[in-house]
Amino acid sequence: MKVTLFIPCFIDLCHPNVGMSIVQILEQLGHTIDYPEELTCCGQPAFNSGCWDEARDVAVKVVERLQDAEVIVIASGSCGAMLKVFYPELFQKTGCEQAAKSVANKTFEFSDFLVTKLGVTDLGARFPARVTFHDGCHGLRELDLKQQPRTLLSHVRDLELLEMSEAETCCGFGGTFSTKFPMISSAMGDGKCASAQETGAEYIVSNDSSCLMHLQGLLDRQGKPLKTIHLAEVLTSS
Amino acid sequence: MSERENILGRIREALTLSADVPGHKQNNLLQVVSEEEAAPHIHEWLPAVGETIEDGLALFAKNSAELKTDFRLVDSLEDLNAQITEMASGWKKIATHSGELTDAVGDKLGLPVCSTDEGYEASDLESCDVGITQCDCLVAQTGSVLVTARSAGGRALSVLPPHHIVLAQRSQLLPDLPAAFALLEERYASNYPSFISLITGPSRTGDIERILVLGAHGPKQLTVFCL
Amino acid sequence: MTTPVHQFHTDANRAAQDLQQRAQIQSALSSYETACEARKSAFRDWESARQTAAEIKWDAVNHLDQHLREFADKLESRGTQVHWASNEQQARDIILEIIRSNNAHSIIKSKVMTGEEIHINEALEKAAFDVVESDLGEFIVQLRREAPYHFVFPAMHLKRGEISELFNRELGTALTEDPEELTMIARRVLRDKYITADVGISGANFAIAETGMISITENEGNARLTCALPKVHIALLGIEKVLPRLRDLALFLPMLATAGAGQALTCYNSLYGGPRQPDECDGPEEFHVVLLDNNRTQLLADKQQRDALHCIRCGACLNVCPIYRSIGGHTYGTTYQGPIGSVITPHLRGLQDWKHLSSASSLCGACTQVCPVKIDLHHHLLHNRRNAVIDKPVWREKLQFAIFRSVMNRPKLYRFCVRIGRLMQPLHRLVDGTRLDPARGWTQTRKLPRIAPQTFKDFWRNRK
Ligand code: SF4
Repeated sequence: MKVTLFIPCFIDLCHPNVGMSIVQILEQLGHTIDYPEELTCCGQPAFNSGCWDEARDVAVKVVERLQDAEVIVIASGSCGAMLKVFYPELFQKTGCEQAAKSVANKTFEFSDFLVTKLGVTDLGARFPARVTFHDGCHGLRELDLKQQPRTLLSHVRDLELLEMSEAETCCGFGGTFSTKFPMISSAMGDGKCASAQETGAEYIVSNDSSCLMHLQGLLDRQGKPLKTIHLAEVLTSS
Repeated sequence: MSERENILGRIREALTLSADVPGHKQNNLLQVVSEEEAAPHIHEWLPAVGETIEDGLALFAKNSAELKTDFRLVDSLEDLNAQITEMASGWKKIATHSGELTDAVGDKLGLPVCSTDEGYEASDLESCDVGITQCDCLVAQTGSVLVTARSAGGRALSVLPPHHIVLAQRSQLLPDLPAAFALLEERYASNYPSFISLITGPSRTGDIERILVLGAHGPKQLTVFCL
Repeated sequence: MTTPVHQFHTDANRAAQDLQQRAQIQSALSSYETACEARKSAFRDWESARQTAAEIKWDAVNHLDQHLREFADKLESRGTQVHWASNEQQARDIILEIIRSNNAHSIIKSKVMTGEEIHINEALEKAAFDVVESDLGEFIVQLRREAPYHFVFPAMHLKRGEISELFNRELGTALTEDPEELTMIARRVLRDKYITADVGISGANFAIAETGMISITENEGNARLTCALPKVHIALLGIEKVLPRLRDLALFLPMLATAGAGQALTCYNSLYGGPRQPDECDGPEEFHVVLLDNNRTQLLADKQQRDALHCIRCGACLNVCPIYRSIGGHTYGTTYQGPIGSVITPHLRGLQDWKHLSSASSLCGACTQVCPVKIDLHHHLLHNRRNAVIDKPVWREKLQFAIFRSVMNRPKLYRFCVRIGRLMQPLHRLVDGTRLDPARGWTQTRKLPRIAPQTFKDFWRNRK
């Protein structure tokens, strides 16, 4: 299969390893990767701030470039939700409406693509650590990703998954919210970290780098030993 | 133009735009069906109730225990009277209304009675130790007692005294809430009482640290006798 | 004067750091959570119940004029006086007029959120009437002269010790740590009031069009007493409260109890269809129903957000909201707190003054997931944000996103910016987290992620 990869800006800049891991996994499974270098952002920051015109200007490039793709894999639940759920609304009653819908229909978040579309659950990875899983809200509630990442984790050797009580509670990132209301955002993040710490895990794993970026930022500031890691990186460990 | 017409006019104007169907997650769209289609199914979604009368009684008893309702099955009027007489030690005055069951009990206690049938003084009713009423039905699903101004001696009798005693018959037990509302329609549709209430357990509050306290403003004790 | 947005920022920042208050909310809501989950699973099919509830409300709201007319006509035919108020002022005037024409002095209230909305207590006090809240939580916050903290659990933020001291100070009662004794103090004080009050004011949870009745849900019995003893009963409710049929309650009452308080059914669910009827022994001589618009028709005209009028005010969306749990109820500065408050307040009280509530959300969607009538809450927050920008763009934000657009749409510019960013990183370390830091919004509490030596785009290019 020819897989078109969408790498959001924060992964490109700060967490390139996540993208590389995804490339590695998909190629090992025998797929060819098409990576549109000119695409950087799905437009969500503008969209979430109410600036839908600006968001549309960015998103239209994405739609145009991706409409002929066979299948689109995206490395973040949040950007995935943007493409799958919000593009159809953003482009409602515009010339791009159909194209946006077709992009939405063939877009998959990374873990969903592996488990639901390809039926792959075991990638032969080994990650000897205690981890807890954070459900990114957009992935969880807009895309119904709950079991997919856990299925993948359950096949990682030597990995112990310790569920935290607040797994489904928002970490407080919320895109521009995190800088517009930093104190609320951080208070929420603290709650999340505390819940993760309670499990005795060494890592918070998630399929959303944006949440992890926020949590890691908090943990680093507070000098806490807990670490964050993206699911794709866990799946390429051995 | 009256304010009524102003408001209704604004509503009509607003409704000329037909609204989006809520929920734009593709797999989560509302399928607007008519209530006629939905109504017969409501009971299928509510908490389970058993099949038989015995199941119903058992469920009512279980719910009562959770709600801290004192539920008592009695075999005969004599049994009922004996149990009430036992409760009555310490009572100085009772309040009740006339009715088949209440009449059979109230008179036997030999206590002063405040009857609400012809109207009453609120302070007089307030000074009673107990309010004894009948009801329209019992609802097994929720452990509720359905009362109306007509079946239970008005609005206050079942809420002002610190102890409310309900006298009911086994045949009055209904399985679930849809059945209770169907009963209301059947019994009163031509002329509803001005007051109807589903009473589910003794009065309670959790307003202080969400800790349950019984008898907030209404009765602290609710006893349901089922003949 | 401080504007709502300033107030919000100040209060939110303080509250977010008040660990004690957060712990208090957490513990107050934890028993609710368990109970609520248990009740939901007792339903044989909670999701279908939600679906149908949403459909019934959809029908009610989309034929609101017919239902309201039926509701009012039925009530009037049985001796109730129905009043219509377009705004707060009219509603207050109507209520004051009823009270004056009855020569009334003392007024007992059961919980009325619409009353908070029109500031009825202030109006009554100003007119020198004696008005007492009878719901225990409302009674407590009234004594403290503050607004309810939560529209279902008004005094949720207080510990028993604080309540005890309050009663001691205001009522002269002995100090006690026992919630039961505290409750009994309120009971004793209020008993007298029910019997002597001339007027009872209540709200309503539902308005049944088919039979012309209001439905009131409560646990304490205070509303029942308020509607039984005083010789005048006034019910104040929003026009969106209608349900088409009496039997709809068989679904809505257990759902409200489950979502609102984790109960199978609330203790008293009472219907009132008129004043005392000729064959009845008690009840008020006069029953007045005041229907309040107060910009609800404006929300109705927003076809995208019309479903916000489905709300049955169960409070479930507040209870799960991580924002509410972090900042508490008073921070909102609104009658309706939490997600539903953030959605509807801009409609009820002005978009520009209250749009910040819609921004103060991470859009996690926990609210939408629990709402028993399936209101698309977090998506409506997005709609409010968009509407606010269309209505009155903020130039700074516009500029920000114009730059954002050019950078994201021009690969070369993007690459250039990445290079600049890399160069700035060592400099940034000097100001990291301080007041001089342009990224302080992030760095005040969090470390800034570093730009990787090799970005993904670099990696891809090198590989090719
Ligand atoms: S919006 Fe939904 S969850 Fe929130 S109070 Fe209203 S009905 Fe309840």
